[in-house]
Amino acid sequence: MSIMQDSREATMIGRKSDGTPIRRPLSPHLQVYDMMQLTSALSISGRITGVIWSLGLLMLVWWLVATATGPSAYASVSWFMTSFLGLLGLFGLTAAAWFHTLNGIRHLAWDAGYGYDIPTTYKSGRWVLIGTAVATVLTWLIAIIAWAS
Amino acid sequence: MATFTLPKNSTIQQGKTHRAESGAKNVKSFKIYRYDPDSGENPRTDTFEIDLDKCGPMVLDALIKIKNEVDSTLTFRRSCREGICGSCSMNIDGLNTLACLKPIEDVTGDVKISPLPHMPVVKDLVPDLSQIYAQLRSIEPWLKSDTPPPPDGERRQSKEERAKLDGLWECILCFCCSTACPSYWWNGDRYLGPAVLIQAYRWIADSRDEATGERLDFLQDPFRLYRCHTIMNCARTCPKGLNPAAAIGKIKQMLVERES
Repeated sequence: MSIMQDSREATMIGRKSDGTPIRRPLSPHLQVYDMMQLTSALSISGRITGVIWSLGLLMLVWWLVATATGPSAYASVSWFMTSFLGLLGLFGLTAAAWFHTLNGIRHLAWDAGYGYDIPTTYKSGRWVLIGTAVATVLTWLIAIIAWAS
Repeated sequence: MATFTLPKNSTIQQGKTHRAESGAKNVKSFKIYRYDPDSGENPRTDTFEIDLDKCGPMVLDALIKIKNEVDSTLTFRRSCREGICGSCSMNIDGLNTLACLKPIEDVTGDVKISPLPHMPVVKDLVPDLSQIYAQLRSIEPWLKSDTPPPPDGERRQSKEERAKLDGLWECILCFCCSTACPSYWWNGDRYLGPAVLIQAYRWIADSRDEATGERLDFLQDPFRLYRCHTIMNCARTCPKGLNPAAAIGKIKQMLVERES
């Protein structure tokens, strides 16, 4: 006998009308649920942007290590970072970082006991999306202006 | 454990289509999840075309009409038909709600109906709720008090104390919220879920209850309480307009405050 890993296993056993045991089906979840509603959509985006940001930090570490290693290593990393793919990655990373930060502030507010009602949740969710777009564009505008001057 | 796909025996097949009678002008299709344990087959989706001119306004009216007139084997729970018994909770058009409170006209396109998500299916739209009932039992949803009540009557509450129970006592245990919660889907063996936690808070918030400390002790657990990640699907879907997430937030705050 194997050890039951999940207590819900017991409820998966049903019976036919004649008494024969049968394994019950699991009702559809992700397959039917509206996951595009703002509540769950922003929640999973928070997770995903957290992962992206962590991976992005590895990229920045790679850059720093190259800086410490010497001019030729730095030049090759810089070449990648300023390539179209590198810039696109950095832009995505900026957006992910801003989303994760602003959504984090939303979570801090919840943990402090504010903004639980659904209208406020939707309002704060929309502000996170708008804030991410504005902050990302602003970050890059400042970066481009600083770069050009 | 989070498994995002359905097990092999749970994938949904194409089912039968029951056409509307000829001459029907106001036809709406109801795509309903069917599972018959005696058939030995996988679940399927049957389509029922219903003449809305000869049907009541709510999704439950359509289900009863189908059971009465088209297919008497269609199985679902229902009782009060006015949103107070919590029996007819199911997934309609992608959100969990009570069939009796969901107007058909609120659904654009076909009306897709399936059982409460991520639950064992007994038959058609009837899920097995024994796990969630056991979890409800575990939080001891009754008044616990060592002090005997006054000899001349009941335990009194001030209006302010009573007001703390508003938004909590109205829960009818339909479990729309718990089965809308991805965290409950993946960790429902150990996470109590929003429905049971709002009940737990209902007794914590009750001024007459004297077991607040032990209730909080029981909930101070990485799984029972802290699998709530403020996804907010519970409050979004509650057919009674309650907010389990806010109640869970209050329990979390009480746990922090008693440490300080």
